[in-house]
Amino acid sequence: MARINLDHIRHAYGPSPKSPSDYSLKEVHHEWNDGGAYALLGPSGCGKTTLLNIISGLLQPSEGKILFDGRDVTYLSTQDRNIAQVFQFPVIYDTMTVYDNLAFPLRNRHVPEGEVDRRVNEILEMIGLADRAKKKAQGLTADQKQKISLGRGLVRSDVSAILFDEPLTVIDPHMKWVLRSQLKRLHKQFGFTMVYVTHDQTEALTFADKVVVMYDGEIVQIGTPAELFEKPKHTFVGYFIGSPGMNVLPAKIDGSSVDLDGQKVALSFAPKIAAGAKTELGIRPEFVRLGREGMPVTISKVEDIGRQKIVRASFASRPIAIVVHEDGEIPTDPRVTFDPSAINIYANSWRVTDSLPIGGAA
Amino acid sequence: MEKTWNNKAWFMVLPVLVLVAFSAVIPLMTVVNYSVQDTFGNNEFFWAGTDWFTDVLHSDRFWDALTRNLIFSAIILAIEIPLGILIALNMPKKGLGVPVCLVLMSLPLLIPWNVVGTIWQVFGRVDIGLLGYTLAALGINYNYVNNVFDAWVTLIVMDIWHWTSLVVLLCYAGLVSIPDAYYQAAKIDGASRWSVFRYIQLPKMKRVLLIAFLLRFMDSFMIYTEPFVVTGGGPGNATTFLSIDLVKTAIGQFDLGPAAALSIIYFLIILLLSWIFYTVMTTSDAQK
Amino acid sequence: MNTATQLSGRNLSWIVPTLYILFLLLPIYWLVNMSFKTNTEITGTFSLYPHAPTLRNYAVIFTDPSWYKGYINSIIYVVMNTVISVSVALPAAYAFSRYRFLGDKHLFFWLLTNRMAPPAVFALPFFQLYSAFGLIDTHIAVALAHCLFNVPLAVWILEGFMSGVPKEIDETAYIDGYSFPRFFLRIYIPLIASGIGVAAFFNFMFSWVELLIARTLTTTDAKPIAAIMTRTVSASGMDWGVLAAAGVLTIIPGAIVIYFVRNYIAKGFALGRV
Repeated sequence: MARINLDHIRHAYGPSPKSPSDYSLKEVHHEWNDGGAYALLGPSGCGKTTLLNIISGLLQPSEGKILFDGRDVTYLSTQDRNIAQVFQFPVIYDTMTVYDNLAFPLRNRHVPEGEVDRRVNEILEMIGLADRAKKKAQGLTADQKQKISLGRGLVRSDVSAILFDEPLTVIDPHMKWVLRSQLKRLHKQFGFTMVYVTHDQTEALTFADKVVVMYDGEIVQIGTPAELFEKPKHTFVGYFIGSPGMNVLPAKIDGSSVDLDGQKVALSFAPKIAAGAKTELGIRPEFVRLGREGMPVTISKVEDIGRQKIVRASFASRPIAIVVHEDGEIPTDPRVTFDPSAINIYANSWRVTDSLPIGGAA
Repeated sequence: MEKTWNNKAWFMVLPVLVLVAFSAVIPLMTVVNYSVQDTFGNNEFFWAGTDWFTDVLHSDRFWDALTRNLIFSAIILAIEIPLGILIALNMPKKGLGVPVCLVLMSLPLLIPWNVVGTIWQVFGRVDIGLLGYTLAALGINYNYVNNVFDAWVTLIVMDIWHWTSLVVLLCYAGLVSIPDAYYQAAKIDGASRWSVFRYIQLPKMKRVLLIAFLLRFMDSFMIYTEPFVVTGGGPGNATTFLSIDLVKTAIGQFDLGPAAALSIIYFLIILLLSWIFYTVMTTSDAQK
Repeated sequence: MNTATQLSGRNLSWIVPTLYILFLLLPIYWLVNMSFKTNTEITGTFSLYPHAPTLRNYAVIFTDPSWYKGYINSIIYVVMNTVISVSVALPAAYAFSRYRFLGDKHLFFWLLTNRMAPPAVFALPFFQLYSAFGLIDTHIAVALAHCLFNVPLAVWILEGFMSGVPKEIDETAYIDGYSFPRFFLRIYIPLIASGIGVAAFFNFMFSWVELLIARTLTTTDAKPIAAIMTRTVSASGMDWGVLAAAGVLTIIPGAIVIYFVRNYIAKGFALGRV
């Protein structure tokens, strides 16, 4: 188990990067806690797998250092970093039995055979493949194979961290849920440091204590699921997380109120914004109230998704999504109000806090 | 893939059937026909039953040629398969080296077989060939025309030169189809270079190796043109393989009956051995 | 990620393929070297490169129709064979990859056994068969005879490529109102173009290198270059220079074809199944 420090890490696949756009991973500088469960979330090509491979040692960062428990491991090989990794597609050794597959990482490290046997049997129980231990791994189904991959990650008791690269892609939805809860339970039980790459927000939010949202080679926010939902630091986090995503409307700030194309909305604070910045207001569909008072909207469509209804409407000539309870009524002359505590203000896509603009606005 | 049952598909296979019937079945029937008849020329044929087969199977000439063929194929396979694997493992996986290697290595495969023979016939000559001249200069008494051992070595080296690339290309195709994740997982599992080969590369190459093994067996067992050009079957009969013997009998001596019987036995041996290899190689895996 | 290369040794791995390629090129170099020498230089002095380079040997070939016609003959029957093999193999491979039908597996296996037939077995019967049809010494005779091993091979390779194309594509096309021939020519063929390229390459290769059958079926008008090469043995001794030049010229068409398909070679070997 280890605390992971990412010290000013940047990575470019090309030989001599010059402009920031040459980097597939822009500067990352963070400390991840020992025993934490982190999810790296973001769309394809955002740099999350690059970051994961830098942590595992399959890639060496172009710049910066990586430390495990304060020890510099930047130039150490994957073996010497003592990490485990589970890949997107099950990697199993076809010609070995299930048992030998699990024993493989231990035997390579010359663990005494008695200890190997104890660990392997423990893992076999855990992943529910004890009855197939002596069978060849070849004939198994995709999710059984992936369980073996997971098992090979878990079998070593001394790993610094276990890394998962979208491990549930090939698993069918029901199994996904089962495996995810098993992982969660194992994490609680053994306290491994886990890093989990995914592009599926449900997976990230249910698995991790802390979700690391990446966008275009940058970490845009690290936070608990609640923080990501309530206070998205970047408009990207706003609409990437949540279904439907956050409404982002162009806004003009005027002291402690906002002008949305002629509609005034009062704010609980007076955001301070640098001159010339692009300003936007973000409000989650869950915090938009539909009723007979407030600002007028034109409803274009109502989607019934069971316990809720999603109302698609046009507000101040912009599309807006509103979540209404399943038996909430939809008035003939619809109007909306925004929950003031749920309004976020963005300058150049970064969230503005009380007094000072932060991040990209500077 | 789920396939639908459709007997009309026969119409699509029909052109192939007609063509192969014309170029394989009819000639083969001619062979069978000859193999059971005898003639004294002028187009009169007599029923000879299985006489020709008995004759062939009792002739030392046949057994000697067959033994030579089997030894030759065994040596070729024992060298070319491991060598091909070794080269494929060390080939570059990306960059400019890949097309360069592929193009240069394919070169011998596209040279007409008698030209291959000519190249080596010249290359090995003591008077004008680089190989023969160098060996002679080194004081080695090398002469593929008179010395049985030298003739065999020349033919084997020539076959390695000619065909190892086929094994290399097949293995290489198998190797590049292994996803990177396998190598990464092996690194993480702390696997040694040998383990990577034994548990990842070899299993993934198994199918192409089977193809390589069968193709190399069949082609080396049918070898004709190259040894015919280099040694003409000599010295003596030391390099007279079944094909050479067969052509001598059929076209040289015009002994149609024995030639036909020999043809059929020859073809059956190849079919049988290929079938045995295929079965053994595919089922040994299923049992483990 | 270059993990694969990192694993395969301390970056000395280039030595093995380099030595192998050197081994491959040495005899070819010697042939090229000889082709630029005069016969006196070849037999008189031993030299690693031509001291008095000459184009005479090539001039002999390009000015004598009985020589250069050999190349034309070879190319004609090889191209004919490639076209015939691929075009009959296409529908058959489609049938094998898409449908189950009575006896399909036996048929497929039987086709492959033809690849195992020794050409020496067929030489004489072919001669008699094509004599009966009056086709001896024609290009088409050689082209048809080579179908014996090339058609099974083309079916095998194409079937492998076709199985890689999802069946949904066929179904979508039918729903869109395509007739079968139009679908096959307009949509399917472009999809498996690389497979056709690979099959054509292998057909070209095996037809180009084969000599036993080609020589048996031809006498003068369709005689392949490889057979004409034996003419260099004459009363005045071997004309080594011309022999070497003729050999070099037989390597060139193959080299050109390889260059064009270099990116598909590895793929073509991997596909197709036993």
